[in-house]
Amino acid sequence: MPEQLLWGMEIVMNGLMTGVLYALVALGFVLIFKASGIFNFSQGVMALFAALTLVGIMEGRVPFSHLIKAVSGVSVHHFGWNVPAFAAILLTMAVMVLLAWLVNRFIFRHLVGQEPIILFMATIGLAYFLEGFGDIMWGSDIKKLDVGLPEGINDTIDEVTFNLLGYGFFIDNLDLWATFVAVLLVIALVMFAQYSKHGRAMRAVADDHQAALSVGINLNFIWVMVWSLAGFVALVAGIMWGSKSGVQFSLSLIALKALPVLMLGGFTSIPGAIVGGLIIGVGEKLFEFIIGPMVGGATENWFAYVLALIFLVFRPQGLFGEKIIERV
Amino acid sequence: MFYREAGDFKTSYPKDSQTFPIKLDRFGFFAVLFIGFAIIPFVLNDYWVNSVFLPFLIYAIAAIGLNLLVGYCGQVSLGTGGFMAVGAYACYKLMTGLDIWIGGVEYALPPINIVFSVILAGLITAIVGVLFGLPSLRIKGFYLAVATLAAQFFLVWLFNKWSWAYNYSSSGQINAPERSVFGVPVTGSNTEPWAVYLFCLVFLTVLALIARNLTRGSIGRKWMAIRDMDIAAEIIGVDPLKAKLSAFAVSSFFIGIAGALFFSVYLGAVEVGEVFGINKSFLVLFMVIIGGLGSIFGAFAGAAFLVLLPVFLKNTLVGGLGWPTDLAAHLEFMIVGGLIITFLILEPHGLAQLWRIIKEKLRLWPFPH
Repeated sequence: MPEQLLWGMEIVMNGLMTGVLYALVALGFVLIFKASGIFNFSQGVMALFAALTLVGIMEGRVPFSHLIKAVSGVSVHHFGWNVPAFAAILLTMAVMVLLAWLVNRFIFRHLVGQEPIILFMATIGLAYFLEGFGDIMWGSDIKKLDVGLPEGINDTIDEVTFNLLGYGFFIDNLDLWATFVAVLLVIALVMFAQYSKHGRAMRAVADDHQAALSVGINLNFIWVMVWSLAGFVALVAGIMWGSKSGVQFSLSLIALKALPVLMLGGFTSIPGAIVGGLIIGVGEKLFEFIIGPMVGGATENWFAYVLALIFLVFRPQGLFGEKIIERV
Repeated sequence: MFYREAGDFKTSYPKDSQTFPIKLDRFGFFAVLFIGFAIIPFVLNDYWVNSVFLPFLIYAIAAIGLNLLVGYCGQVSLGTGGFMAVGAYACYKLMTGLDIWIGGVEYALPPINIVFSVILAGLITAIVGVLFGLPSLRIKGFYLAVATLAAQFFLVWLFNKWSWAYNYSSSGQINAPERSVFGVPVTGSNTEPWAVYLFCLVFLTVLALIARNLTRGSIGRKWMAIRDMDIAAEIIGVDPLKAKLSAFAVSSFFIGIAGALFFSVYLGAVEVGEVFGINKSFLVLFMVIIGGLGSIFGAFAGAAFLVLLPVFLKNTLVGGLGWPTDLAAHLEFMIVGGLIITFLILEPHGLAQLWRIIKEKLRLWPFPH
């Protein structure tokens, strides 16, 4: 086989893995959108915030240490202990649930019934707030996140492909794990939404707030639950991206890429988020590989958006979205 | 009592349909113009111009432009930073002498006067804006908002990679050479504070008047009809193609001029990714939201608020309390985000609505019933 083709295949594989990570972030968007009609722009920053909190708890950092130092002059940095990864993840999850409750109590309860675009802008405000809050709480330096996931080249795949094709594929262990986790997460979420009591309640709320209210579903509980779920997805995405490229501000920008993924797949569809993620992951890697060198590279910055834009012109509801029906 | 139409009689149609029909408004407008043109230039210094007045004037232009699109026509755009970059680079090419290559032969235009460079930069941005506005005919709401991100990321990338745009300079930056209007330098390093201030103020005044009158006229009403419900507007005879694209064109024209001034007069040197990144898009959008969607006055109020807030925070926290700058910057993020949410909850129509309420109170005072 020619070398170019082999490289192309390797790139497609890596693209698929990246796509899974995009899909992971996109899932959080879909969840909230389906259950409350809120297009949650802050999902990416939530992932960043979750990862920051996780690192902070694991390393036993003192929250707001910079603020404390600036206000009182007392310099404290670490409590002096390290929390094991599993316990830290549970603690972070608790923080995300608390955040979900706060967001609902202080923001979206007051915005019920507003136009979607107002809600969207409120989540942009929330994104800004969380970004500043996360940085004040844990400091803005780039942090290394290590929850014990294996990293580096997967030797088995390298060896097998070398024996078969004469060229060893470079696949990162971390990406494999991320794919595995993402698949598990998607199955769990779909099962939850389809078969559990709260999942059904969630879908009922998504269908019609008032009708759901009238059959005795607690709206506030469902909303807090949905935001907690989104927080959980954000935490998983934060762990994966954070282990891959360090916990830093650009994490929330990577998460912005979940938006074209969503548009491609359709806002209301969980399979759409996955397929959209894969298409964009593979598409941008291939585009960078084939067209990138001709135009100076770094096309990954915009390819996803332009692809989604062109696609939407032909199919405004995305691949799997519900058909948009408008009435006067 | 203070603010009312009663007793303000008009005897001709032009007088009745003038921009500011109420006397107090008119006096207020001329008073502001007088202070802006005749008093402030004499009391300015470098610090005030560079940290308050120039950013305020330029952001006000951008905010008016975005407000026309978002507030009046209802098309949310997150591509403001990208369009500002188009304005900046177009202005740079025009003021340094545009070189056009046709069939391997270079045709170099002479450098164009800075005033016309800025205006032409606005026109070029308008064309680009219309191109990226085309999808708005099919895509609506936040689908469109995300689609405009394509403009943001693509344009910034383009100006990073396209060496023609920055005249093949090795640093990839663009630097504004010295250019003058009537013999007074307004760009470059030898500028006087009053000169750059007046230069931007003239642009802002003219553009604001244009915007105000556009929104009062038939085109502005079409935009508002599209905003309120586009299908209904189409049924009563508004052409959505023309209305939406004209909104994109006018809005991008304003934003392009803002970008051109931001680069040539305010900063002088620009690295596109840093200056015109996605945060710039959000900043201008926030100005529009905090100021008030669908209000020209709101654009001014929002721009003033978000320009003054960081200056105020920096002076109190860093200067007054001795906090490190990065902490103050993070706090600024929190405050801006918090304010956005507060405004959306308490006063979705922004500062402009507060002003309207005050006017209503003044009209009735002291007999509120």
